[in-house]
Amino acid sequence: MTAPFPTHKQEEWRYADLDALKPVWEQFAEPMTLTVGPGERLEEIWLPSGDDVQLRRVRLAIGEAAKARIFTLNTAAVYGRIELEVSLKEGAEFELYGANIGTGLSTNEIITNVKHIGVGGRSRQVVRSVLNGKAVGSYLGKVEVARGAQKTDAEQSVKAMLLDRGATANCKPELEIYADDVKCAHGASVGELDAMQLFYAESRGMDPATARALLLEGFVMGLWETATEPDAIAEAAREALRRAVG
Amino acid sequence: MLEITNLHATVADKPILNGVSLNVPAGEVHAIMGPNGSGKSTLAYVLAGRPGYEVSEGGAAFDGHDLLAMEPHERAAAGLFLGFQYPVEIPGISYLQFLRESLNSQRRARGEAELSAGEFIKLAREQAQLLDMDAEMLKRPVNVGFSGGEKKRAEMVQMGILAPKFAILDETDSGLDIDALRIVGDGINRIMRAPDKGVLLITHYERLLEHVRPDRVHVLQAGRITRSGDIDLARELESTGYAEAAA
Repeated sequence: MTAPFPTHKQEEWRYADLDALKPVWEQFAEPMTLTVGPGERLEEIWLPSGDDVQLRRVRLAIGEAAKARIFTLNTAAVYGRIELEVSLKEGAEFELYGANIGTGLSTNEIITNVKHIGVGGRSRQVVRSVLNGKAVGSYLGKVEVARGAQKTDAEQSVKAMLLDRGATANCKPELEIYADDVKCAHGASVGELDAMQLFYAESRGMDPATARALLLEGFVMGLWETATEPDAIAEAAREALRRAVG
Repeated sequence: MLEITNLHATVADKPILNGVSLNVPAGEVHAIMGPNGSGKSTLAYVLAGRPGYEVSEGGAAFDGHDLLAMEPHERAAAGLFLGFQYPVEIPGISYLQFLRESLNSQRRARGEAELSAGEFIKLAREQAQLLDMDAEMLKRPVNVGFSGGEKKRAEMVQMGILAPKFAILDETDSGLDIDALRIVGDGINRIMRAPDKGVLLITHYERLLEHVRPDRVHVLQAGRITRSGDIDLARELESTGYAEAAA
């Protein structure tokens, strides 16, 4: 049975482009399940397909002392959505490095729900958005720490760069904690390019467009530094930035 | 080479430069000294084209072209280099990437062939070595985690790589210990002492001038040049201070 079509009243679909979603909903209604067995390692790099509308709905179960790392670039021309529901058992580790890069009327969003079930789990989510035109980029990230999931260490770092007054960034880290000995850090910022950095680059000979592109590259490229094979996603991100900066 | 005529400039509507006139011919190094707030850095920024630094009167010509009509990157491509008093940190971008993009941007603007990655790395290593800087530092993000002295030395490495015709060096000596001062002074001489090049050296202290030996020394006070002379003027200032010199 197909899951009911979402509405904007549901928090996790609040900023979604439901008109774009409708024609493809059947195809994506059920999330895909990924399981990382105890002590195993998983690293995934999710590249954009190039389709105007692209969804990834993934349920990720990370076993005892297992590690999972996801690198993702979300840059659909109309609507891109990366949705992750993650559960961490004892000593499990989860890392997400994601970018929303958009321009025009696009909506790109990363939605996570990270559930720390076992003791001593670690999660780290780093999301960077670069938005031009009337693009929307969102990160809605919920971290749940279950009763008994002591020594949990959860971190969310979310930054967005707006290149146009018409662009919108939504950042919503959310914590639900039922254990008392945990560390949950979150930081969010929305900004524009630094005027002094731009002048510095231009004073060295870069025209304004080149300088902007380089600074934005610096803003995004740090995401892929720890990936085993970063080249493809780095190149795709560069390409997306070139399109977004225009 | 650089001709500044009756230059007036404001920052946030506040007048800072009140009629600076100065001529630096090719082949010469001129020093500008002056107390804090006299307009030294403003002069440097106006010449490099920093946004927010508005010229209200007068002008500046570089090799016969109207410097102030050019965008900052066009000034760089024309051969102007500003050594920053406070070099800017850029996380996420390595020095190598930053400088290669800078140099190749300039070369494209001048209609010259770009350097390949290999050619550029060779050039960068040579220049770093000449300034006694570990070339590995060029793999790090621009100025991030550099000490004050390392940042200033890195500015000189940039100057060596970009090989400008004219350098404006804004307090390049501040934050340097005695050894670093000598290395930077030697670097300025090596890179910029040539018949077709020029330097405007902005400094508080006479010490760097003993290494670089300027052809002329000017005193900037309250936004205009109040005295000009040779290196003896710098020595006099060092012993008497600016208050005396103005009298």
